[in-house]
Amino acid sequence: MTQDDPISLADAPATSMSMIEAINDALDVMLTRDPDVILLGEDIGYFGGVFRCTAGLQEKHGKTRVFDTPISECGIIGVAVGMGAYGLRPVPEIQFADYIYPGLDQLVSEAARLRYRSAAELIAPMTVRSPFGGGIFGGQTHSQSPESFFTHVSGLKTVVPSTPHDAKGLLIAAIEDNDPVIFFEPKRIYNGPFDGYYDRPAKSWKDHPDAAVPEGYYSIPLGSARTVREGNALTILAYGTMVHVAEGVCREKGVDAEILDLRTLVPLDIEAVEKSVEKTGKCLVVHEATRTSGFGAELSALVTERCFYHLEAPVERVTGFDTPYPHSLEWAYFPGPVRIGEAIDRLLEAS
Amino acid sequence: MAQGSDQAGANRPRLSLHVPEPRFRPGDDADFSHLEIPEAGAQTRPDEACGAGETWPLCTDLIRVLGDDNQAHGAWDPRLNPDQLREMLRDMALVRAFDARMYRAQRQGKTSFYLKCTGEEATSIAATHAVDFEDMIFPSYRQQGCLIARDYPLVEMVNQIYSNRADKLKGRQLPILYSAKSVNFFSISGNLATQLPQATGFAMASAIKHDSKIAIGWVGEGSTAEGDFHSALTFAAVYNAPVIINVVNNQWAISSFSGFAGAERTTFAARAIGYGIAGLRVDGNDALAVYAAQRWAADRARSNKGPTLIEFFTYRAEGHSTSDDPSAYRSADEAQEWPLGGPISRLRDHLVAIGEWSLEQHEEMDREVAEEVRAATKEAEKNGILGHGLHHPFHTMFEDVFEDLPWHLEEQSKQAIRERQIKWPDDK
Repeated sequence: MTQDDPISLADAPATSMSMIEAINDALDVMLTRDPDVILLGEDIGYFGGVFRCTAGLQEKHGKTRVFDTPISECGIIGVAVGMGAYGLRPVPEIQFADYIYPGLDQLVSEAARLRYRSAAELIAPMTVRSPFGGGIFGGQTHSQSPESFFTHVSGLKTVVPSTPHDAKGLLIAAIEDNDPVIFFEPKRIYNGPFDGYYDRPAKSWKDHPDAAVPEGYYSIPLGSARTVREGNALTILAYGTMVHVAEGVCREKGVDAEILDLRTLVPLDIEAVEKSVEKTGKCLVVHEATRTSGFGAELSALVTERCFYHLEAPVERVTGFDTPYPHSLEWAYFPGPVRIGEAIDRLLEAS
Repeated sequence: MAQGSDQAGANRPRLSLHVPEPRFRPGDDADFSHLEIPEAGAQTRPDEACGAGETWPLCTDLIRVLGDDNQAHGAWDPRLNPDQLREMLRDMALVRAFDARMYRAQRQGKTSFYLKCTGEEATSIAATHAVDFEDMIFPSYRQQGCLIARDYPLVEMVNQIYSNRADKLKGRQLPILYSAKSVNFFSISGNLATQLPQATGFAMASAIKHDSKIAIGWVGEGSTAEGDFHSALTFAAVYNAPVIINVVNNQWAISSFSGFAGAERTTFAARAIGYGIAGLRVDGNDALAVYAAQRWAADRARSNKGPTLIEFFTYRAEGHSTSDDPSAYRSADEAQEWPLGGPISRLRDHLVAIGEWSLEQHEEMDREVAEEVRAATKEAEKNGILGHGLHHPFHTMFEDVFEDLPWHLEEQSKQAIRERQIKWPDDK
């Protein structure tokens, strides 16, 4: 670390940013603060990334700190493990989460296990950034949400931001973390919050309160959920794009729901979950990923095990269907306002 | 669904699938006369700074230094002094003695698993002698010689093999999957070839930081079939990384002969040609040739001339591991008939031939290294053997999954402690 401790957020001047700009800013801050941080990935260097998250960073920090790689996810993650062993803090980008599978062995068997198998002699302090989720007509190979592959692995942390403000603070925390972190960026909300009403005009982040991004360094601890809105009728557990969709539905329907943005799936903020469900007595879990063995199953089980005697209705899950993400029928797949609204109605009617 | 064969392709020749088959199976007489073994000293030695293409003829040749006359020959002779030769000889004898004792220890039930490197000692020991201590080793599972060559304490190796209470890896790893950062030896994975992109990444990091360290990865010929091998060589070539990739071609991957990794078509060293990097094919049972090739590649990497792929052509004289029975799939003759001899006897005979060693001295050395291993084993056994209770404290199982213990692991650790108290209520 080359600079002082975090400035007080309350005093910091803030700028309205998109999530892309906030991520770019976080990377810029960390490249400047820590000479051991390096970025690597397909098309991230001179071009600045297919979503522009690394735009300008190679020019500013040099091409041995921000550089393009061969099209080889196994290689990208594998060299990042070796760089970590040397003492660097690599931030590899996997261009789409759908492409992460060739790197899975290096993540699951190597990065995630290195601390354990070497009794902490060696670590893999990498942050794997990857755009994920659908809603951009990406078809089945540019839309997946594979977070539960990673939450199932001991030794990996999994983070999903839902606002520009959180994206910057969480990414900085992830890069500073000494364990490997999978940082999934919901690409449907890169440029604006998306409430699930795909047939209405798209909104930008401009003037959204959560797009006010403080200048300079700040971090949001991994493992802390955010209460998006307080309520008493039910608890909605969501992350990424689905935070905004759930919020939109509650607004439209006038439901007094409490929405928790989990922000980190592993480690999970279990206290925040328990506290909210114990208050409301009802719980809806929402994610975009396929249903069977999805992270919603874990959340549902935890809530049932730990809050059962507070529950007034069975825990509900709203998820994507157990099909590949179909290109032309994207909105039929997407767990949008109708699917969420129905589940909310069932929960509200139950007593 | 199978298609009808008498339609559109009726006039075309019938296709057939080639499934490789080794030359000799159990009961066959092994005869390696088909192998082309060039004269020692016949191979040219390009300058370390040469264009990669100058090395490519060597990818299908075989660099040899020690001749049938037990003398060192040709441009690849590393011209080591007798003390250096005796050190390498002693390290190879020590690893062989260590292997023998640990193999017996497994058979005696002191541990679950062991794996010898018999016949391949030079490929790790002479290679390690040829690089600097600061250079990072990314081993596969048969490179115990690298630890021996860096004077890693034998007792620590035995502690790891016994997973006892002194095991620095806290009893978490399968025996022989060492990790020894103190001697710049990376943690061994059971997943094959994953260490190669990691070695390349370490080398890239060293270059990013304008350091002088290089990285050396080892892999068996069988696991060159993994995608990681291709990823590692692609990255090494793209970034001109200061890394050496050593392929130990010991002919066998458990029961699959090298043909299943493509050896019927070309050599493993020849893979270098496709990546446009330097490649060398070396007699892996010739310690002087191994040393010279490794030193050549290290000097090349250190002077920013990029990576080298080296094939050490050798023979796995024993089974894959204590869980293997090679008599079930290969001719028992093979080890004796192997035309490149053994790495220890060849270096011994060379030292004798140049008047720097005697068979009496060799016997005395063998007794010394056996005693050294025995003493280390006895010392380690004070800390327990596998399954006899002297393991690391229970709670350590949950440590090092993450830097800090998250709530779910803390809850699970309490569960584990409770289970133990239920099973052994009097145990404190």
